[in-house]
Amino acid sequence: MMRLFGLLTKRDIKIGWHGGSTSSMVVAFFIIVVTLFPLGVGPEQNMLSRISVGVIWVAALLSCLLSLDRIFQADFEDGTLDQYALGPLSLELVVISKALAHWVTTSLPLILISPLLGILMNMDDRAFLPLIYAMLAGSPALSLIGTIGASLTVSLKRGGVLLSLLIFPLYVPILIFGVMAVDASVMGTGGNVPLLILWAITLFSLAITPWAAAAAIRLALD
Amino acid sequence: MSSIREFSARSLAVNRGGRPVFKDLEYTLSAGQLLKLVGPNGSGKSTLLKTLAGLIHFREGNIIIDGRSLADEGHISECIAYLGHKNALKREFSVLENIDFWAQLWGRPDKVGQSLEDMGIAYLKDTPVRYLSSGQMRRAAIARTICHRATIWLFDEPTVGLDDQGLELLSKTMQRHLQAGGMIICATHVPIDVPDHLTQILNMADFSVPLSALEEQWL
Repeated sequence: MMRLFGLLTKRDIKIGWHGGSTSSMVVAFFIIVVTLFPLGVGPEQNMLSRISVGVIWVAALLSCLLSLDRIFQADFEDGTLDQYALGPLSLELVVISKALAHWVTTSLPLILISPLLGILMNMDDRAFLPLIYAMLAGSPALSLIGTIGASLTVSLKRGGVLLSLLIFPLYVPILIFGVMAVDASVMGTGGNVPLLILWAITLFSLAITPWAAAAAIRLALD
Repeated sequence: MSSIREFSARSLAVNRGGRPVFKDLEYTLSAGQLLKLVGPNGSGKSTLLKTLAGLIHFREGNIIIDGRSLADEGHISECIAYLGHKNALKREFSVLENIDFWAQLWGRPDKVGQSLEDMGIAYLKDTPVRYLSSGQMRRAAIARTICHRATIWLFDEPTVGLDDQGLELLSKTMQRHLQAGGMIICATHVPIDVPDHLTQILNMADFSVPLSALEEQWL
């Protein structure tokens, strides 16, 4: 069972990294969005420093959203999803494997590149580690919740916009606690609580995503 | 190959989008037999194959494999291989990588080379799928379907895009499968060279629900 799960995840990660596809595009988008802010609000360092954490989080959310519709779309169009539905691995596990592959190919590069953008935004020195912790805690939830949205819109031809509308409200708590976790630890007012809440959101979405997304896919295939 | 003696449907009825596609559909297929689905476009051949594969829910009746009923167990997939209209091949990977993935998923990586040779595409095994012609892709898709040696093969228009040689290779592969005690259900408009005594024909037009009956229901 775990071998099949690994097989599937490896394949999707390979497709994600393949020849300058989604991953590199998402990272480029992330960098561009963040660099637009100093251009828009002016180069005043205190201002940039104050909004840096929020900007990086919002840009990460947008970049993540950009890649969500690819999670199932390609597999649905070429018939792979039909074969997964008949295959020896249950759809629930297929869903988790898809979310994991999405996290590795999209969220992980964003996390790795975010300190660089922090420098660009003149972020407080003390915020770098907390930002990475917060993103590590919150980003799996981005992928998992996004997987539900992707499964619901898989059979729609132009589902991308609807997907954004569905998913954004669900991303709001992650954004709020993500920024709070960083700010609170910089101020020294206890960043642990928001961080734990982020983990709680991730675990909660891990618990419901497989069932919800697998049910949506079965409906789409019917 | 696990041995299955009988694969049958009993008074099967399927709805799509609220409209009945067919009803009271019956057949009984024994080991070593081919069931050929014929009928005009839209008569429900693809729907029947998807239903048998377990992708579509049926409204009434039952599908039975050696006394095991699909209605009770929901899923009898381990002995079924399904080839739909879509090829389920990833353009990024080579033919071998594609087929090997599915073979490993089914736990039968040993027959991949054999399947490629059966369909005459062994020489293409390192070619990325995006460079294949549509006929070659179809051959690869057939090889993908048969690579794990399931007992029951469900083929939906397998001959689309195949040339004469491809058709002949497909017929031979199907004959070998039947001789080994397998079963095939195949929707096609092209004659396939399988001995008549092994072939049953199911005309979907016999089970279709005429629109007038439907309209009467509404009135």
